[in-house]
This record gives sequence, C-alpha cells and structure tokens, in this order.
Amino acid sequence: MIHSLFLINYTGDIFLEKHWKSVINRSVCDYFFEAKEKALEPENVPPILQTPHHYLINIYRGKLFFLAVIQTEVPPLFVIEFLHKVADTLQDYFGDCSEGVIKDNLVTVYEILEEMLDNGFPLATESNVLQEMIRPPTILRSVVNTLTGGSNVGDTLPTGQLSNIPWRRAGVKYTNNEAYFDVIEEIDAILDKSGSTVFAEIQGVIEACVRLTGMPDLTLSFMNPRLLDDVSFHPCVRFKRWESERVLSFIPPDGNFTLMTYHVSSQNLVAIPVYVKQNISFMETGSCGRLDITIGPKQTMGKTVEGLLVTIHMPKAVLSANLTATQGNYTYDLATKVLVWDVGKLNPQKLPNLRGSLSVQSGAPKPEENPSLNIDMKIQQLAISGLKVNRLDMYGEKYKPFKGVKYLTRAGKFQCVLMFTKSVLGSLVPGGLTHPTEGEPCIRADLDGGRLSFPHRLLHGLH
Amino acid sequence: MSASSAFNDEKGGSSSVGEPEYGHDPASGGIFSSDYKRHDDLKEMLDSNKDSLKLEAMKRIVAMIARGKNASDLFPAVVKNVACKNIEVKKLVYVYLVRYAEEQQDLALLSISTFQRGLKDPNQLIRASALRVLSSIRVTIIVPIMMLAIKEAASDMSPYVRKTAAHAIPKLYSLDPDQKDQLIEVIEKLLADKTTLVAGSVVMAFEEVCPERIDLIHKNYRKLCNLLIDVEEWGQVVIINMLTRYARTQFLNPNINESLLEEGGSGDKTFYGSDGNDDDDEDEEDKEKKAEAAALAKRKPYVMDPDHRLLLRNTKPLLQSRNAAVVMAVAQLYFHLAPKAEVGVIAKALVRLLRSHSEVQYVVLQNVATMTIKRRGMFEPYLKTFATQLLYSFYFFCSWRFSPILYKLFNPFEKLNINNKKMRGCFSCPRQTYIKSVDKDFVAATIQAIGRCATNIGEVRDTCLNGLVQLLSNRDELVVAESVVVIKKLLQMQPEKHSDIIKHMAKLTDNIQVPMARASILWLIGEYCEHVPKIAPDVLRKMAKSFTNEEDIVKLQILNLAAKLYLTNSKQTKLLTQYVLNLAKYDQNYDIRDRARFIRQLIVPTEKSGALSKYAKKLFLALKPAPVLESPFKDRDHFQLGSLSHLLNAKAGGYQELPDWPEAAPDPSVRNVEVPEWTKCSSREKRKEKKVEKPFYSDSEGESGPTESADSESYSSSGSDSASASAESGSGSQSEESEDASDSEEEEEEEDKKKVWKKEFKKLAQGILVPETVRRQLQKIFFFFFGTKSYNVPVAHVCSFFCRQAISPSGTQKCYELLHRISGEGLSVEYCFSRQPFGPDANMVAVQMHFANSAATDAKNLHMEDVKLQSGMRVTDFPEIELLPAGETTTAVMGIDFCDSTQAANFQLCTHSRKFFVSIQPPVGELMKPVFMTENEFKKEQGQLMGMNEITEKLTLDVKCRNEHAIVQRVSAAANLSRVPCGSDKEFAGRTVSGGSLVLVTVATEEDGSARLTLNCEKMVIGTMLVKDVLLALTQ
Repeated sequence: MIHSLFLINYTGDIFLEKHWKSVINRSVCDYFFEAKEKALEPENVPPILQTPHHYLINIYRGKLFFLAVIQTEVPPLFVIEFLHKVADTLQDYFGDCSEGVIKDNLVTVYEILEEMLDNGFPLATESNVLQEMIRPPTILRSVVNTLTGGSNVGDTLPTGQLSNIPWRRAGVKYTNNEAYFDVIEEIDAILDKSGSTVFAEIQGVIEACVRLTGMPDLTLSFMNPRLLDDVSFHPCVRFKRWESERVLSFIPPDGNFTLMTYHVSSQNLVAIPVYVKQNISFMETGSCGRLDITIGPKQTMGKTVEGLLVTIHMPKAVLSANLTATQGNYTYDLATKVLVWDVGKLNPQKLPNLRGSLSVQSGAPKPEENPSLNIDMKIQQLAISGLKVNRLDMYGEKYKPFKGVKYLTRAGKFQCVLMFTKSVLGSLVPGGLTHPTEGEPCIRADLDGGRLSFPHRLLHGLH
Repeated sequence: MSASSAFNDEKGGSSSVGEPEYGHDPASGGIFSSDYKRHDDLKEMLDSNKDSLKLEAMKRIVAMIARGKNASDLFPAVVKNVACKNIEVKKLVYVYLVRYAEEQQDLALLSISTFQRGLKDPNQLIRASALRVLSSIRVTIIVPIMMLAIKEAASDMSPYVRKTAAHAIPKLYSLDPDQKDQLIEVIEKLLADKTTLVAGSVVMAFEEVCPERIDLIHKNYRKLCNLLIDVEEWGQVVIINMLTRYARTQFLNPNINESLLEEGGSGDKTFYGSDGNDDDDEDEEDKEKKAEAAALAKRKPYVMDPDHRLLLRNTKPLLQSRNAAVVMAVAQLYFHLAPKAEVGVIAKALVRLLRSHSEVQYVVLQNVATMTIKRRGMFEPYLKTFATQLLYSFYFFCSWRFSPILYKLFNPFEKLNINNKKMRGCFSCPRQTYIKSVDKDFVAATIQAIGRCATNIGEVRDTCLNGLVQLLSNRDELVVAESVVVIKKLLQMQPEKHSDIIKHMAKLTDNIQVPMARASILWLIGEYCEHVPKIAPDVLRKMAKSFTNEEDIVKLQILNLAAKLYLTNSKQTKLLTQYVLNLAKYDQNYDIRDRARFIRQLIVPTEKSGALSKYAKKLFLALKPAPVLESPFKDRDHFQLGSLSHLLNAKAGGYQELPDWPEAAPDPSVRNVEVPEWTKCSSREKRKEKKVEKPFYSDSEGESGPTESADSESYSSSGSDSASASAESGSGSQSEESEDASDSEEEEEEEDKKKVWKKEFKKLAQGILVPETVRRQLQKIFFFFFGTKSYNVPVAHVCSFFCRQAISPSGTQKCYELLHRISGEGLSVEYCFSRQPFGPDANMVAVQMHFANSAATDAKNLHMEDVKLQSGMRVTDFPEIELLPAGETTTAVMGIDFCDSTQAANFQLCTHSRKFFVSIQPPVGELMKPVFMTENEFKKEQGQLMGMNEITEKLTLDVKCRNEHAIVQRVSAAANLSRVPCGSDKEFAGRTVSGGSLVLVTVATEEDGSARLTLNCEKMVIGTMLVKDVLLALTQ
C-alpha cells in the first residue's frame, strides 16, 4: 500500500521522509516538483501523479505537502484520507501541524508514523491509542523523564487497541465529570436582489468535549431528528439505534471529537437570518457608480446577529470608493478590488447602511457584471435549523456528570447576487465575446478566493 | 568535507539511497551536519552505560534518518543496543534496524536472536513488535525464521499479535515469493479468525498474496459481512473492495431481468431520441437487445441470493461513515452489485463527500462522472435532487481547478432534447464565457465540450459553430488552435454551408503557429477546395514558401493539400505541387519522403504508373465520414470504480480486474458453515452473560457462525435489534435461542432476515423518497445561474434539466390552481403536493404553494385566516410571507391533515389589503405515503385484506404504457405509493397519511396489453376512489 511518505514545505524542501518498505530515493519527488512548478499555485497541484515506476498522491495542508509514494493499486481515497489522518494526528499531538513544529518534534513524529503504518497498511490511527503508545510531549513530562529516566513510549499495549472501542482508553479518571456538546450550523445560501432565497442549505456539526470517568455510555436525543437529511457519524455512534430510534447512542472517545455532521436540505424551509437590500449601479457615461446597501434582520428567532461582515468583489474597473457607513467601518483594497464592510452587531432599531459613490476608471466600458455580496455573521445560542437536543442520558456509570449544550449559527457561503433581468438575457445571446478579457465577473473572483480557504474544513478537521 | 567523502567510499553500493542530498540539504540543521567527529560522539554515547545518553544518541540518529541522511556507518554501534532495557531506546533501535538491515545484512543477523527471544515474551506488545521488526528486516537468509515466527504468531492468544502476523505475510511474500503456498495456509487460518482486529489486515494480506484464491473466502464470507461494521475504517475499505470482486464471481446480475427500457444506452433512445450518430451506442444496444432476447428466452424470475442481500445490507450503514474512503468503497460496491432500484442511495453520500477536502472532491468527481456516463438510468429518479445538489456543492465548495471534470461530468446530460427555442438560442453563449479562463486544460476541455454539444444536438450546431469562429479571433493562441481543431470536426458534417468559415480559416494560416491547428486548417482547405477555388491555390503558394520551416505534421498536410489541388485544379497548381514534392523528397523525415514519393507516383501520370493513378481522385477525394466526438470519460468504465486504475485510466500494478457476472450462479452452499453444537451453546451462554454485563452493545443474533472471544461480541449484524431492546425483552429472544440449536439455526436466520429486510426497506424508503425539487424552484435556479453567468456552473445543463422537467411526466408534480391571477388582482397562487413528509406533523400532507405576484405593486403580509374544516381535519399554516415584491415569486409549505378524506380545506388567503376565499382539495392518491415492504410481506398483508377490502378491475392498457417502466411511472404519478422491489408483478404499497391504513396495489399484465388491477385497502371509500384514478392513469 503506502510505500513512503515525504513531507515537503511550501518552498519545496523535503524535511522528513519515512519509508515503510524498502527505501525509495527522494529523487522520486522531482516529478512532484515539476508538477508543482507547472501548477503555479500549490492548491492546483494535481492530487495524483503518475511517474514511470510509482504513483504520487499528495495533499496540501497547512502550507505543507504530504506526499505518499505508492507502487501498486490502492484506492486513492484510502491514501488521501490516511494522509489527512496523519495531519490530524500531528495537530492533536502538537496543537499545530506546521513545518516548525514537526522539525522540533522530529523523533516523536517519526515514532508516530512508525506506529500508524505497518508495511504500508494502517495499524493504529486512533488518536487515543497512539497517545497511549507515544505520549504527547509536555514540559512536565520531559522534566520528569530527565530526572527519572522514564520515557515517552508506553510499554504495554493500549487497551483500546484490543477492544471493540479503539477510540476510548480504559481507566479514564476525572474529578469533574463533564460532557459538552456544541451544535454548530452554517448556512449556505444564495439570495437574489430582492432578498428572497434562491437556494439555502444548512450544514451542521456537533462537536463534543467529553471528560467522563470510566466507560460511560451516552444517549443523546433530539427534539426533532426528522430535520436531519443526511448524516455521518463518528465510528462510536451505534448506527442501528439511529436507524430505529433516531437517537445517538455511543461510548464517547475521551476529550474532543466530532460526534456527527449533518445536512438539512433546502426542502425544509431554511430560515434566513438577515435580508440585504443592495443597489450597485454604474453610469453609462462618466466614470462613477453608486452603491447603497442596507442590512436588516429577518428570521433571527429573537437572537442578535453578531460579527456581521460584508465582502464585495468589485469589478476591475472600480478605482476607489467614497462611502459612508452608519455603523461599523469599511475598507477598500485597491489591489484585490475587495470592499469589506465590518458591521459588527446588527441593531434591529437602526439598520446599518452603507452608501456613496464609486469611481470608475475613465474610459473603461461600463462594468457589465454586478458584484455579489458575501456575508459573514454569527448568532450565538441558536441553531438556525431549529434542531434541539432533547436530553443526554448516561448509563454504565454511577456519578452525575455535568452536561451542557451550546448552539451557534454562522454563515457558511452566504451570497447575495444581482440577477439579470430578462432584457439583459436577450442581449447576451450572440457576440458575448466582444470583450473577451475585460470585466472578470464577480463570481469568478469569489471562487478564486474560495479555493484558498475551505470554511468547511472546520466540519472535518476540527478536533 | 574530506571526512564525508571518505565516508562515501566506505559505503556499500546499495546504500547510495538518500545520498545525493547529503550535506547540501538546506533543511538540515547544523547539529547534524556530516561531521565525522559527531558520529564518534554518537558512538561513544551509544557505548555508555547510561540509558539517557543512549536515548539522546538514538534520537539524534533517528532524526538523521528522518531527514533522509545517511547514518549507516553507525550500524555496529546501534545494533549492540538491541537488547537494551529502556523501551524507548529499544524502539528507536528497531526503527534504525529496519531502515538499514537490508544494507548491512551480516551485522543485522546479530540482532535476530533478540527478536526470537522477544517472540516468546509474555507481554503481547513486545511479542508483536518483535515480529514486526523481524518481518521488516529484509534479509533473505532469515526467511525460514520469519516463516516460523509468522506461523506461530498466527495462532497466538492475542489478537493484536495475530494482526501483526497478518501484516507480516505480505512482507515475507515480497521478500521471497516462493513461500506463497505456505503463506496461503497461514492466510486461510487467519481468515477464519473471528476478531474484528484481524479481519482487515488478513484480507489485505489476501489481496496482496493470493487475490485469485477466491475459494478461500467462501467459508468466511458471511462472517466478514457481519464483522464489517465493527472493523476499523481502513480494514473496511479493503474488505469491501475484495467482497465486490467476490460477489461478482458468485452471484447473478441483479439487473438481468430489468426491462430494456431502463438500460442506460437504450434509455436515451426512447427518451431523447435525437442522437443518431452514436454508432457505438447502437452497437451496444444491439448487443444488449440480443442479450435481452436471450435472457427472455430462458427467463427465470430473478431471486437474489440471500448472501448477496446480506452484503448489500451490511455495507449500507457504512455510507454514513466519516471516512471518505469507506463511503466511496460502499458506493462502488452498490454501483457494481446492487439492483438498479437501490443504487440511488449512494447519491446523497457522494454529494456529502464534495464538501470534504479538495483532494477528496477531485477523486469523487471523477468517479461520479463515470457513474453518470455508464448508467444514466441509475440516477434517473434522483437526477433532479442529485444534480442540483451536485451543482450547488460544486459551486460552493470545489475549487476552480475541477471545472473541466464537472464539464465532463455533465456531458451525459447534454444529449437531452432541447425544445425550448429561447434556450436553444442561448445555449452555447454561456459557454463562451468559460473561455476567459487561464487554465489551459480547462480551455481545451470546454471547447471540446462545445464541439460535442454541437455534434449531438443538431439544433445548436450553428450557434456553436459561430461561437467557435468568434473564438478564432481570440488573442490566446491555444484557444484558437483548439477551436480550429474542433471546427474542423464540425465542418466535416456540413461543409457545403460553411465556405465562408473555411475562407476565414484560410486567412488564419498567416497568424496561427500551433502546428496542430495549421495542419487542421490545411486539411480543411484541401478537403473542401471546391468550395474555395480561389483561395486554396494561394494558400498552397504561401505554404510552399514556408515549407522547410514547418513542423512534420504540417508538412504532411501541405503535401495532402498539394495533391488534392493538383487533382482538382491542376492548371494553377501543377508547378507548385511539383515544387512542394521536390522539397519533400529531400526532407529529413522519412515519413515525409515516403509520402512525397507515394503521392508523386499516384498523381503525376507517367508511362510507368499503372492502374492506380486512375483512382487517384477517388483515393484522395473520397467522402470522409464525420467524426464522433466523445467524452474522454467514456472508456474508463471497465475499471473498478474508486480504484487508482480508474482514476488514471490505466492499469496500475496489482490491479485486480472486476469479473463479469457469471451466467449461472455457482453453488451457494459453499458458503455454508458447519457449526459444531457445543461451540454454539457455549457461545450463546457467553453472549448472554455479556449482555447483562454491557447492556448497550449491539449483539450478534444475525450472525451464522459461533462467536468465540470478547471482540466478536459486538459483531452487531446490522439487522438485529439493538441489544438494549433484546435485553429488556430478553426472555423472548433467549427462548428462541434455546430451541434445538442446529435445527432452529436456519429458521432463526430466516426470521432474522425478515426483520432485517423490513428495516432495510424502511431505510430504503427514507433514501428513495427524497422529495423532488419542485419545478418552479428549478426555474429560479435556472435564472439564477443564467443571470450571474457564473463560471463554474454549466448553465446549459441547468437548461437541459429544466427542459427535462417540462417534458418528463414523472418528474413534475401536478400543479393546481388556488387563486387565479385575475381574481387575485395580480396575485396568483398554485399549489401542488410535494410528497415530502411534512416536518412538524407526520399525519399531515405537505402542500407546496407557489405565489407569483404579477401585479404592479408589492404584496405584503401574505398569510392564512379563517380556516374552515370538516371535523377532525387540521391545518398548519404556512409561515407568513412578509413581502412579495412585484414581479417576484416565492414558495411556502403548509400541512393539512385531511383525515384520509378528499374533503376540501377552505380558508382565506390574506394580503395586507385583500382577502381571498380559497380551497384545497386533494386527489386521493396524495393522501398516502409510500411504504417499503418485501414481496413476502406484501403477499401476507394482501392476504389479510381480502373480501370486502379488495377491489379488482380488468382493463386494457394504453398503447404507450405497456412496458414495466411506464406502468410504474403512471401508477406512481397517480398515487404516492412505492414499488415493491424485486416483485414478480408490479406491486405498490403505501399507507394513508393520517390513519395509517395500508393501501396495496397490484397490476398484473398480460402479453396482449390487458391487465388486472387489484387494490386492497381497509378503507373502502379510499379504495374505490383510488381504483378509479389508477385506472384512468393506466388507460389514458
């Protein structure tokens, strides 16, 4: 399966190599460097490369490339998922997965890699098991070890490794027993000019932080589980119980973990917390345009919208913006043509408004595309889908744990766009290529921005 | 540095690995620089008595290895410490040994005895790690020792050690393939292991050592299926992939009896009928038809092997896994093995993966592309939900670099019939915007897609062609070149109409430098020189001038052009041709010299040239068949989905072909496992104990083999009740178990399976009955995409979706008018039954309302008032619509509990200024929700609803609705029922939404088009009404 692993930094230096079978010369990475050169940007390197004798599968995370070398048929997702698991594990261990951290802990990283794969096949990938075999470095432990000659390496087989629940170790003890669940939802939506919803979806994730003594068996039930359209679980969740009773029954891992992710489809009505009235227009003659944006609360369920941030990718021809904001402040970056308006808390009594004029490069044709608005926000103590945790029960242990549930809603990809009217549609038909390169439309710019950051990494990579 | 060179000389030949970077690796820290003295230091430290010093030294050495630097000269010093007491030092020594043993074989042998001792250690971790290191030392001399150690470890008490043994098998195999036979014995033994820990690893070993020995799997098949859910994620992937192959050899194709119509290739024929030029498709179709005929001849009702069902059932929950590799593995398993009706469940999970890391998206999109091409019919029912989902997911989450894939992905949808004039006009336009992109591959893919579009849809050919011609004036040469190539292909279809385009292209020869494009233009001019009689010789003149500087491919085309012109217009071009031929005669490339010689003989009449020159004209100016432009994804489908080979479209080493289904099923009894009675009893007892101990584990009733250790306790065969339930109702299930074990085993299994089936189908129901997006929503989406000209979303596809919406009978829900535009003073309201479960109340029918404001003023505060209902009925209002601006539309959902009657719900629809009396009356078919049941259950239920509750009608089917597909479509359009899968007749089941009474419909058809409709329902009123509706639907 996985033959070798190379860790490569942004500039193309190999700073760690690990071989699980016979050694492969690092010159195999030259193919990768070649592809990297060609791709211009690190995100654009093809994840899978074919070389005469090997296949290279790489992922790009935290400015590092994890490059696996394989020689025979193996499902590519298998390797990709494993590489992400490696990155997750390192993050778990050291709190960060960067070149500096890995270089500082080179030997520990090497030992971890040694445990994770045997002959290229995953051996122990559960963080809990690994942490028992190779303990994460702490200052206290290193002091104790130098004094007593103890070591960071466990000498017995972790109990998790043998049981059916490899994610939990035995003999966990806490003085304060607590279980916290964060229900975090992100709204992805497209609103049209008038503020009505074109498309809306909710992505949710339940992050758990469970510190309980012994072997607790938890059952989490929802008031309205029917809302959930598509779910994926941490392996600890008993799927049968979910199928039959729609409750989450599980023996939790120790510490932080992602219990489940879910998806609430657009078929159920998605409440949109804010509405936006926007008017951005450019004069046919002269070099100016007008901008007028108002934001107001829509369906906030009585909660306050916070951290409101509006981002607009302006057409290339826009030179500067002379605007006044009734609340918050705005910046316009000339180089990237991005207008950012930091609104802050949304006050329903006095709606925030941003208006003023835009100056357009003289002589440039009137920008054809209307910019779209990206909105970022946060609502505490609310899951916008209406999902509610009903109760959490614990079996198998006698003590009373402290339980807590927190809700948070935030905007995922939340966009307001200006729709074209039908007459514009008509005029578009032939000769759309008269200005083949001018006026890159906004969506494009937005997607360019989008590929640099995946907000949904949170849904997958947060531990 | 002299030290380092000396050190280089010292090394053996094989140790040059990792050497080139030695010393000039910028990442290397100063501490570890290649100073010989340092190494002396390390040696000293290793020789000392203090563990801490040893540890420090080992850490430094391992850090060197990690950086890829050579530390092989320390081997003797390190190997001494192999028996060190300190476990961390020991581990690091192991790491070192594994890395360098191959280079220093003799010295490595010194350490072997330590490992042999380690193999006997009471601590399982030490036993395991000793075996791990021993098997990782790639020294051929110790093969016998390794073999012995593996054999011993395979029967170790600790499952962890057994797992390590499984891992060691492929290591030994790669070291010495001659050991295969012995290793297979070990694999066979370990395959019988019943712990989840071992299962994944041993299947991995099986796949690497003896994937062809499928017979080893028979006895373990059921066990593996049952264990699957508890195996760790990586093991799951490997097992699922292996079982996919296994199932392909052992079971029958579940889709063998599917009607021809639903088969992918022929499906488009019937539905979209516009593509006549797909020769391949037709061939395939013919083949299919033949196969179908053959199948019909010896038609036997297909019954799925219970083991086949077991596999499908047990893998399905894994679609919910957090691991993308597992989800993909299950998806490919369903794609390759499941009956068509069930494959759709994977769609949702695949869409979920699109929200994952970009590398995952990349792989998933490639696979989805193949799926949609290979079996379009498969996704047909889910097309709307799936594809819109896909579009949005893509729009939001996938990065720009995947656009070409998306393009290919949606190609199959391209062939759809475009019957809307306006859209046809717009069709190729949005595509042109794509071409602003910088990504070269993407540009090429897009232009090729336009070409395919044009070939497949006759109506848009001109538009596409015009678009492409416009591209010829693009600044980017690559765009131009690609366009020329595509235009060439397009023009071949109707050259006579397009002489102006050819002229235009002739002018381009001055500017375009890309050889392929130049060659294409020349070929075009030569081929259609009759259409451009004046220009062609001039082009040849220019080309003759620059002949020596052209690329080979262009030179060949110049020769072709010259020859063709000579034949048609020898007066003007005779000298030019001679000149070109003379130039070519002395060309460096022998292909060109050959061609020149050949052409000269052929076209220039001499005494010697024989009969051939008579035919020169026929040879050169024959009518060439137009090319077929095909998606590059078309030929990948023979690889197993999700595999590396599939992704690269080339066979990777070690790839196992996915076998075709067998003609007749091999003997299924090979999978039966004999169960010694005593083991069973003891295991039962054990299980009972365990249950009391840990009441919340899922138990293992559905499993056929005995259980042995604690691990197997949680086999949790997917269908069985959760243990908590069985523990509470313990007496019941236990008594069943305590019956005569060997006799009841099968029965019990049967009983279990029934339960499982029931649940399975419930699940299925939830998966399949994903409500369909409503047409209006799609319309909006369409306008949205169109309006924004958003780059990543192929508007054309959205268009085609939309069109399909309009033409497909099953896709649309019937809309009813609630309020007409005129009586509503500009406000019009339509409603339809979306057939979705109504969230807040299960007893209510969801009614989707579309509001459209065509008045000049905004409508505000749309809400309901004064609801008048028959007793028992209830209504959940739709949420108030605060503002509906003029010219806009919106939708809302309300719920009505009709109490299983077709009584209308009357209420007032209020705006801020007006009130309208309206009423909603449901067709009887909308008062029910689908229920999934097996055929047996269906028969059983039907048996209980005889007599008064049964209504039978004879009817003659409408001509258009004689095939299975059409019947199913019409019945499900008339009533919200679901088909009983694998049924011999067409059977549908449902329950009334409010009362929950069963509604069962059977349509038995005869050859001659007559049919019998049977309806069983305890509510006779509903029954009679529904019979009428279904009759109407089937006969009209």
